[in-house]
Amino acid sequence: MPEIKVTPLGAGQDVGRSCILVSIGGKNIMLDCGMHMGYNDDRRFPDFSYIIQNARLTDFLDCVIISHFHLDHCGALPYMSEMVGYDGPIYMTHPTKAICPILLEDFRKITVDKKGETNFFTSQMIKDCMKKVIPLNLHQTVQVDDELEIKAYYAGHVLGAAMVHIKVGSESVVYTGDYNMTPDRHLGAAWIDKCRPDILISESTYATTIRDSKRCRERDFLKKVHESIERGGKVLIPVFALGRAQELCILLETFWERMNLKAPIYFSTGLTEKANHYYKLFITWTNQKIRKTFVQRNMFEFKHIKAFDRSYADNPGPMVVFATPGMLHAGQSLQIFKKWAGNEKNMVIMPGYCVQGTIGHKILNGQRKLEMEGRATLDVKLQVEYMSFSAHADAKGIMQLIRMAEPRNMLLVHGEAVKMEFLKGKIEQEFSIDCYMPANGETTTVTTNPSVPVDMSLSLLKREMALGGPLPDPKKPRTMHGTLIMKENSLKLVSSEQALKELGLNEHQLRFTCRVQLQDPHSDADTLHRIYTHLKNVLKGYTIQHLPDSTVMVESIVIKVSSSAEDSNTKVLLLSWSYQDEDLGSYLSSLLKKGLPPGLC
Amino acid sequence: MAAHLKKRVYEEFSKVVQIPHEEAPAKKLRLSKLSKSAALHIDLCKATNSTDALQYLLQFARKPVEAESVEGVIRILLEHYYKETDNSVRLKIASLLGLLSKTSSFSPDCIVDDAINTLSNENSHQVLAQLLDTLLVIGAQLPESPAVRLRLVEVAYKHLSDTYFGVRNKCLQLLGCLGLVDTPLGKDGEGPGSSQGGVRDVQSIISNYFADQDPRVRTAALKAMLQLHERGMKIHQIIYEQACRLLSDDYEQVRSAAVQMVWVLSQLYPESIVPIPSSNEEIRLVDDAFGKISHMVSDGSWMVRVQATKTLGSMLQVSPHFLEQTLDKKLMSDLRRKRTAHERAKELFASGEFSSGRKWADDAPKEKLDTNTVNLIASGACGGFVHGLEDEMFEVRIAAVEALCQLARSSPSFAEKCLDFLVDMFNDEIEEVRLESIHVLREISTHITLREDQLDTVLAVLEDSSRDIREALHELLCYTNVSTKECIQLALLELLKNLNKYPTDRNSVWKCLKFLGSRHPTLVLPLVPELLSTHPYFDTPEPDMDDPAYIAVLVLVFNAAKSCPTMPALFSDHTFRHYAYLRDSLSHLVPPLRLPGRKQVYSLDSVDSSSGSGSVESAQLFLQQSLNRVGTIQNLESPGAQDLLNFTIRDLQRLGELQTELAGAADFCATYLRCQLLLMKALQEKLWNMAVPLCLKQNVTATAAAQQILEETYKLEFLYSGLESRQVATIHHVRLQAKALQLILTARTRQGLDLLISSCEKFLQEVESFQRLFLSELPHLQDSFVDKLLDLMPRLSSCKPAELVKILQTTLRQSGLLQLKLPEQIHRATATIIEPTGESDNPLRFTTGLVVALDIDATLEHVQDPQNTIKVQILYPDGQSHVIHPKPGDFRKPGPHRHRLITQVYLSHTAWTEPSQVEVRLLLAYSSSSSAPPSTNRLGWSDSIDSLPPAEAAVEGTIPFSKPVKVFIMPKPARR
Repeated sequence: MPEIKVTPLGAGQDVGRSCILVSIGGKNIMLDCGMHMGYNDDRRFPDFSYIIQNARLTDFLDCVIISHFHLDHCGALPYMSEMVGYDGPIYMTHPTKAICPILLEDFRKITVDKKGETNFFTSQMIKDCMKKVIPLNLHQTVQVDDELEIKAYYAGHVLGAAMVHIKVGSESVVYTGDYNMTPDRHLGAAWIDKCRPDILISESTYATTIRDSKRCRERDFLKKVHESIERGGKVLIPVFALGRAQELCILLETFWERMNLKAPIYFSTGLTEKANHYYKLFITWTNQKIRKTFVQRNMFEFKHIKAFDRSYADNPGPMVVFATPGMLHAGQSLQIFKKWAGNEKNMVIMPGYCVQGTIGHKILNGQRKLEMEGRATLDVKLQVEYMSFSAHADAKGIMQLIRMAEPRNMLLVHGEAVKMEFLKGKIEQEFSIDCYMPANGETTTVTTNPSVPVDMSLSLLKREMALGGPLPDPKKPRTMHGTLIMKENSLKLVSSEQALKELGLNEHQLRFTCRVQLQDPHSDADTLHRIYTHLKNVLKGYTIQHLPDSTVMVESIVIKVSSSAEDSNTKVLLLSWSYQDEDLGSYLSSLLKKGLPPGLC
Repeated sequence: MAAHLKKRVYEEFSKVVQIPHEEAPAKKLRLSKLSKSAALHIDLCKATNSTDALQYLLQFARKPVEAESVEGVIRILLEHYYKETDNSVRLKIASLLGLLSKTSSFSPDCIVDDAINTLSNENSHQVLAQLLDTLLVIGAQLPESPAVRLRLVEVAYKHLSDTYFGVRNKCLQLLGCLGLVDTPLGKDGEGPGSSQGGVRDVQSIISNYFADQDPRVRTAALKAMLQLHERGMKIHQIIYEQACRLLSDDYEQVRSAAVQMVWVLSQLYPESIVPIPSSNEEIRLVDDAFGKISHMVSDGSWMVRVQATKTLGSMLQVSPHFLEQTLDKKLMSDLRRKRTAHERAKELFASGEFSSGRKWADDAPKEKLDTNTVNLIASGACGGFVHGLEDEMFEVRIAAVEALCQLARSSPSFAEKCLDFLVDMFNDEIEEVRLESIHVLREISTHITLREDQLDTVLAVLEDSSRDIREALHELLCYTNVSTKECIQLALLELLKNLNKYPTDRNSVWKCLKFLGSRHPTLVLPLVPELLSTHPYFDTPEPDMDDPAYIAVLVLVFNAAKSCPTMPALFSDHTFRHYAYLRDSLSHLVPPLRLPGRKQVYSLDSVDSSSGSGSVESAQLFLQQSLNRVGTIQNLESPGAQDLLNFTIRDLQRLGELQTELAGAADFCATYLRCQLLLMKALQEKLWNMAVPLCLKQNVTATAAAQQILEETYKLEFLYSGLESRQVATIHHVRLQAKALQLILTARTRQGLDLLISSCEKFLQEVESFQRLFLSELPHLQDSFVDKLLDLMPRLSSCKPAELVKILQTTLRQSGLLQLKLPEQIHRATATIIEPTGESDNPLRFTTGLVVALDIDATLEHVQDPQNTIKVQILYPDGQSHVIHPKPGDFRKPGPHRHRLITQVYLSHTAWTEPSQVEVRLLLAYSSSSSAPPSTNRLGWSDSIDSLPPAEAAVEGTIPFSKPVKVFIMPKPARR
């Protein structure tokens, strides 16, 4: 049986460093190529040596597909393509292709310039890597080679996030990347058609969470910000430059406009402006509202949000600052946090998920004293709020996607093992399909049951259609007579006559004959007549003929009567039918064995 | 460029050569109009190949065919059909047959046989489908003939097994439209399929196709079934299960139709019991269907989602606990049960502490959940509306809000529950959704009381920059019940903030506070000292009476005081003074109060409102009596009649002012009587018999009177709604009298005979058309001017103009006053311009030659079809005037018989040296042709409308019906 193998190199029972290998129909595909935020050593990148030792990846991989631009999904891409070595095609959507290099460059700057790491990829490498990228459009089927085709679906989550449907022959896999089933202020909801893949590889970040309605969340967020501003406090919102940041910006921008607030909103510079530019451009990837109103005003042209300068952090009075990165593990957000942490009027709102080991994770868990580098400790007096704004599907959303796609098997990645366990049980119970959750480096094998297409000759099809009832019922399988010819890698179903002709064979007739003894006192001719009338009574709707050469024909079955030599009362009936009439023939023989009913004239 | 243009020209030219060539046959057709069929025949015979024939047919189809020649054309088409070998031509012929059978006053029963015959010989599936379509048209044209229907249904049965989906589609459509409704219902025990031979059961046959391989056929089958339902056939309950299965179809149109089907069945058999699969419980069918449809709210296709959400709203029989599940969404976090923000807010409110979300981890998950009980994929109705309200497409969200409204109106407990969700929708990103949810909340507001935190969210929307939203919210607040005095204070505060921010909202804010006050007198009472800033010992400064915010507070307090007699004791002196002022200037906002020591002043008002309906009746009686009194005037010349009329008119006008319910009727009568009075005066001139040159002066007044009467009659006819044909006849009668007067005056002054002859003819025509229009009313017009005139008609039409004038003069003077009969309800159309107020001293400056936009905001009452009739007139100081027709979108309808016009008009003028005022007013346009009362149509004159003389066909004009507002403008000369 053909098999599909899935091996996570990262994100198997874990969040971060998404990298999944799929072997399907003899093709090897790498889905995402991310890095881990929590580590600064070798564990940060997937272990590519697992794939192949000391050889080029190009020989092994047919293509690489990147679902969206978050670094835990594309951070290791230049490392893999330039330092490990891969020259094959890399697929990503247009917005991802545009925004990805900005983030990579930013990441590189932080690691190399700030932390002073060596042996890291360079700007040139990022550029070279991006040259290998082939952009994808939504719902466009792209042929990677003759057999492998991929198709992207809208995934919500961040601008340009996509789910991919990978298909080889009749086998297929859907990889969701990160997705969101509820729309937000700037993006729509994920959608997929009923493609019934063999495996659906889904993220499961919020496997055990069902979230409150987004409206409550938004209102809560706005209220918290508003109250803090009215108290004269400063609000820090650590975000990743792209994605949630834009949603929150739109939210605050419209709120500011509606409430006519004056407190400044700042956004940490550089990166954002470039990124906002792309948001303005890729309007088609946003939600209904923005798409409809961009003619009057592009929602991403902010009126109230200004660029942040480092010196502003010490300004008196209330302000709202969006600063990167989102988990408070480095960079500007951490600097501002250190400055503001001492004042209880201030507030920090964590709008997303925090990986273990980051400061964000620590303060969310209630730690009020933080150890900084150089043995200094930091008292955390400011308020810490958590608002789940990260746009991942919750448990209900995942179930909804399964209902939409109707997969045959389910595979969970990008989540914590315990939580996955729960969801796995639920999926198996609700949909009665198999669900897997491999750890990193563990291979899951799924056998598939591919359908084998067979060409059928039109004449045979028509003939068989005519035989059946008036209603062709697609739900019921139907038996038919024909000959299967396998020739040069193709399968053909033809009628037996044609098959004989094509193969140059002669047709052989197969006939069954049988004798039935019957007690009947009448003469042969009378008996025959009695049989004739009996059959006429029993078999309605069949042509029954009494031929002059003292035979009875039922369709093509011949019945003859002869008296036995010993006993004139015992008549011997001779039945003969061809192979094609086997059903009717055997029925007739059993019928006649029961004898003739009395009272026939 | 020039070369390019030239090329273009040549291209066009070369085309021109070809056109006559193509048009030749068409011309021939037109010439031989006598028999279109013959021409077609010739054309078709001439056609050498199928392309030509197709061309001819296409051209033929462009022109209409008269009813009498349809049959001939059809014969020829059919004849050609049998000969034709090309599929496309046959297809076109088949479609033409269908088109032709639609021709009105042509009965297609004669071609049924032919059409059915063609079916049996047809090989091409497409043509077959088209022919069936034709049969469908024919069947639809012959609803009265069961024999034809039976045959057509038989045909449909025969072709149902076709392999082409189009044919099956059409057959199902035929069955749906024509299948026999009165087929005996399949006996319950046997079910479908048992009916052999005889009458086959349409439903079971159609339902067989629910499982067809082609989604289009499945859709058609469902649609056919729905069609049967619409035609009154009772759909079997067996279908329910099949329809439910189709809810999970792969194709959206099938799912969409299936949702409708399930809904229909749930309405037919709400109380039947259906088993729940995989358990041995049973539930009501309507609940089951409700669950299944709310499942569809999370469908992949948004069309289906809209359909499903809309449908949910109309399933009112569903049981309450199912209904409440649609708002349920069990939250969890890390497998621990978490309360929703709504629940938390409620709890906080209950514990008396208001301010949520500031405590650390107050949304921390509480109890640990048992993994087995968490049901992720909502079985049944769970969370259907939660999904719908959060949908990506605003169409779905709006549908969900509407559905919530419908369900909440019928179930108070559900209304209570869905409140939180509706309030949440006030923050939607799309304005239409916000607006809709505000409207919905208003509709269900009778069931609910807002909590403080909910009110807070509601009031936050008051700062919205959209005027519609704010006004809708004011409207909502008018009907809202709140629970505490803090709520009142909060609302007042926010409304004042709103007033401050958007001064144009003044009227609607005041109105809102009026209702708020009268609804919650006891809640306002403890706030009064604070609101009026009174102090037990010290005198506080008197607030500015013109401050809109202060007026707003007073409106709230006075309205509360109306049902709270202890409140006036808290007022300070100036409050009483302000009350007197406001009671006069804003009487619609400030109710009459029983204030100590002031009773006698307001006795009239208080009698008015306290005795309520009784006073209306007495006023009505008074009105009737006055009219009767007037009715006693026998002759226009009788002495004392003028005085009586004068007094009556005065009485009626005063009555209209006092009793607003009767203002329309009183006004109407007064105007009518004024017409009579004018007529009387004009006729009573002592000098009628004087020589012409001597009485020139008298003539002038009489002419003016005639003119005025004419104008008044148009006002009478078009300004009042609720007129019956009787009153219209009376009005027309007065108009006729005025015209007679005019004619007489013309005859006396002008000497031109030709002119006189033509105006005489015109007048006679008008008399005739009056007779025609009001034939049914003539018996009521006994002894009137027209009655007498009609008696003399044969003589009039033959006599000379001079003689005619003489007769007219005597009849006019002898005719009596026509008694006015009042209709049930009569309302005068009124308009008030709210904006501009005309108070501004700052001129609107703009550069000459450019335009300036002037915002106009007006309310219209009792105007029918304002989109077409209302115009804005701008009158410049130099006498120049502009009439502007507002866009239909500028009219809103806030209530029954009320319209609101919010528009912008553009002004422009040449340079002025000084600022000056332009007048803005609203006009009501009318045209007498459109005013024909509905009853006259019943007389059947509409058939003869072509022959109606054009003279009286349409009198177009406008009636100014709002007070003009002056706007100061200043066009500055352009600087160069």
